[in-house]
Amino acid sequence: MTDLATPRAASAIRHRNPVVRALRPVLRHVALILLAMVMLYPVVWMVVSSLRPNSEIFRNPGLALDGLQIQNYSLGWDALGAPFGHYLLNSAIVVLGAIIGNLVSCSMAAYAFARLEFTGKRWWFAIMLGTIMLPIHVIIVPQYIMFSQAGWVNTFLPLIIPKMLATDAFFVFLMVQFIRGLPRELDEAARIDGAGHPRIFLRVILPLMTPALATTTIFTFIWTWNDFFSQLIYLTDPEKYTVPVALRSFVDATVETSWGSMFAMSVVSLIPIFLAFLVGQRYLIRGIATTGIK
Amino acid sequence: MTALGEHQRLRASRRGSLRKRDDKAAFLFLLPWFAGLLLITAGPIAASLVLGFTDYNLIQPPEFNGLENFERMLTDERLHAALGVTFTYVFVSVPLQLICALGLALLLDRGLRGLSFYRSVFYLPSLLGSSVAIAVLWRQIFGAEGMVNQVLALVGVQGRGWISDPDSALSTLIVLNVWTFGAPMVIFLAGLRQIPVMYYEAASVDGASRWTQLWRITLPLLSPIIFFNLVLQIIHAFQSFTQAFVVSGGSGGPSDSTLFYTLYLYQRGFNNFDMGYASALAWLLLVIIAGFTAVNFWAAKRWVFYDD
Repeated sequence: MTDLATPRAASAIRHRNPVVRALRPVLRHVALILLAMVMLYPVVWMVVSSLRPNSEIFRNPGLALDGLQIQNYSLGWDALGAPFGHYLLNSAIVVLGAIIGNLVSCSMAAYAFARLEFTGKRWWFAIMLGTIMLPIHVIIVPQYIMFSQAGWVNTFLPLIIPKMLATDAFFVFLMVQFIRGLPRELDEAARIDGAGHPRIFLRVILPLMTPALATTTIFTFIWTWNDFFSQLIYLTDPEKYTVPVALRSFVDATVETSWGSMFAMSVVSLIPIFLAFLVGQRYLIRGIATTGIK
Repeated sequence: MTALGEHQRLRASRRGSLRKRDDKAAFLFLLPWFAGLLLITAGPIAASLVLGFTDYNLIQPPEFNGLENFERMLTDERLHAALGVTFTYVFVSVPLQLICALGLALLLDRGLRGLSFYRSVFYLPSLLGSSVAIAVLWRQIFGAEGMVNQVLALVGVQGRGWISDPDSALSTLIVLNVWTFGAPMVIFLAGLRQIPVMYYEAASVDGASRWTQLWRITLPLLSPIIFFNLVLQIIHAFQSFTQAFVVSGGSGGPSDSTLFYTLYLYQRGFNNFDMGYASALAWLLLVIIAGFTAVNFWAAKRWVFYDD
């Protein structure tokens, strides 16, 4: 245990028995590894079970595999009206639209809040912060009425257009925090060279804020990929289903005998999240550590 | 560090307002955001307040019915069930989740080897937790013949249908929420890093035990972060929907034992197209969340310690 206290003072607190002292860090690691295993066990078990025959899923809580039941994947892929790839593609379209929308609209708003002086700035900023905490359930009813009158139900527009309008205020806040940390001298220098705000934004600020843009991209990816509530409400035509909605219709449509293929498609649906996690861990951890929202 | 410390900054920014104003540029940069505020957030909030006083099924035009929707709330037993379920869920799962998050953060702090590995492993569930796939998994493992009961059988314990039994269905969702303690844990870890090492050094020289240091240094200095996590996770928990929906097949059963508020709102609005009542329910949710947040801020004066 590397202690923060000074060695002399700390030795007074530490256990006198040298065996106990040597064992402590080992015990701590054993406890942490055990906990990590317990936490991840269900997910690993699901991956293993997706490669098992159905009958075994309800008999075997272990992880040993006798053979690979690859059919679960092919059966699951074709179990719904369209091949599962169709839903993956739909999700990808929504996710891509949401990412582009958030990057453009939130960075513009963030630039204004971080660098411009304007009438009522305090109030607008306070309102923006307030909307971070606003649950979507409060606005979904009138929003649905509006989008259904526009004929947008069963299109991806209700899922993408709000992102184009900087409604994910969390990212505005994240970017404001980031821009505030950039030296103002850079803006001043560009201004002396005759650059206006659009130019300073595009040529000076935007290139410097790539870490914040990366954090936004990766969070938008994961949240939109997982988002169920609004996709369930706006997408009722099976042709337009995204992955979460398709997966849940699978759950409702199938009898208990096809858990293998249901697990298989669940695993497929988690792969993009897992990849995003591997690629973007650094940005995810930094993002929540500095702004604190999951 | 967080949104909650913003008001001080706002006050400071007013001093800078003597400088040249950029109203026109600001308007252009904020145009998408203003449009979003009008059409997607503030506008709909105002609209749902009006709709809350109407009877509206999307087909006939809305009809004013005065306070009828609100009177109906008083006698709506399913609403009362939903409130009970939601409050239980929030007030049991959030403290448990934060205790796990804080405990693990304390265990991982102090230069432990492999910190970033453990942090990643414990954080991963918070990314997966809100997905339909994990809800599907939960439905299996807590089923009558699910994985949990198979494991229990190995040690000779007779399990039950955790999800089909109204007495235990909600606890499976609470377990799921506690499982996602990684996100607040990462915030705690960042907060712990900000505490100056010299405080601990001084305390050690004075002979303070680890336990005393925890209560006298770590927790007071971490209290703003604890508060921040508490506010956020409460708001977050009030909005849970996916897991209850998938686990109960959209019904909130068995016997309404997993009927989250949001799920009931969904049923009224989007199964029954009872948009007037759903709007009134949405407003009640807003008032409840705002109320709890206000109480949190008020109570914070008593226990949150600011070191500046």
